[in-house]
Amino acid sequence: MNKALINNLTKGILKENPTFVIILGMCPTLGVTTLAANGIGMGLATTFVLILSNAFIALLKDLIPDKVRIPAYIVIIATFVTIVDLVMAAYFPALYTQLGIFIPLIVVNCIILGRAEAYAAKNNVFDSIIDGISMGLGVTLALTLIGGIREILGAGSIFGHKFINSDAILIFILPPGAFIVLAYVIAIVNKINKAVYKG
Amino acid sequence: MAKTESTLKNMFLTLFVTSLVSATALGFVYEATKEPIAKAKQANKISAFKKVLPEFDNDPLAEQITITTAEGDVILYPASNKGIPVAAAVETFSKKGFGGNIKLMVGVLPDGRINGIDVLEHKETPGLGDKIDSAKTSFSQQFLNKDLTTYNLAVRKDGGDVDAITAATISSRAFCDAIKKAYDAYLKNEGAQQ
Repeated sequence: MNKALINNLTKGILKENPTFVIILGMCPTLGVTTLAANGIGMGLATTFVLILSNAFIALLKDLIPDKVRIPAYIVIIATFVTIVDLVMAAYFPALYTQLGIFIPLIVVNCIILGRAEAYAAKNNVFDSIIDGISMGLGVTLALTLIGGIREILGAGSIFGHKFINSDAILIFILPPGAFIVLAYVIAIVNKINKAVYKG
Repeated sequence: MAKTESTLKNMFLTLFVTSLVSATALGFVYEATKEPIAKAKQANKISAFKKVLPEFDNDPLAEQITITTAEGDVILYPASNKGIPVAAAVETFSKKGFGGNIKLMVGVLPDGRINGIDVLEHKETPGLGDKIDSAKTSFSQQFLNKDLTTYNLAVRKDGGDVDAITAATISSRAFCDAIKKAYDAYLKNEGAQQ
């Protein structure tokens, strides 16, 4: 593999992490991350939509006139989200009961339209798919990390396995906890990024 | 390949074709997943029946009775064993949950006692309100075998007999509200049959 490809594949993890550095898609980030498992589920669903929408938009970018590109992209993204929604309801009912209400919100997740506009509309299909994988990985890691921290601090469990016998610091499970954890994680990621990339 | 120009005809065509293709694709996916979705929902109900009903040999799904209340529909699934009615599973709900609707399946015995409760759906706060789920805590156990003709279905704070979940009084109240709806629907159906 050449260097550009590796860069493209790994940029979403730290350097251009969509949640911590680009700060897009805050609604699902704050909403679903009460448990680590929810973070993974939401991250994977977002990744799936990102890869497919990036691929199709890169494929069709020359066919779509500039002035109507946003409505066309939204239709493509909404189609994939609805497919994820239906398939999940049909084959993963347990996960669907947890994430059900957040799946339709992927349509308006800025990460997806953001990558379509900023990347897929300017690059070829292969690179766009890699970009989708990379960004999806970033989202999944970010949501799992926030979900994990909130679950450990707030519920005293990790991936559903309880390690203390009573209640933990409940505020981390409640909405304010999402903001607190997100702020600290962003600060730490920025510090790491500065050290690694001398930015 | 040259970029398509933004003329009225091109824009119209692009959007038309995009929408047409996605609508067709979604139609196919909808048809393909319709049956598994219905099956998953049904399997969910049947497993709930097994948890809340005593032994039965009929098909409660086939005999369902819908009771309309002011807030929505409560569904009764009568269960019988060798032709004798043994209980009814009542699919009930409450809109008073902390995170929206709570859906329960409540098994009511003919003498008005609760045989079992299963949480079908809820969006309560993890770590707090989600303790209504019997998999998490024993909160729902306290309702078992309680005679609804005399049991005061309200949390202690409101003068009732129910021990609420600490820091989740709203969820506990909603849980009671849903059971009350189930029993009311059960009585209404009994009254209609006599």
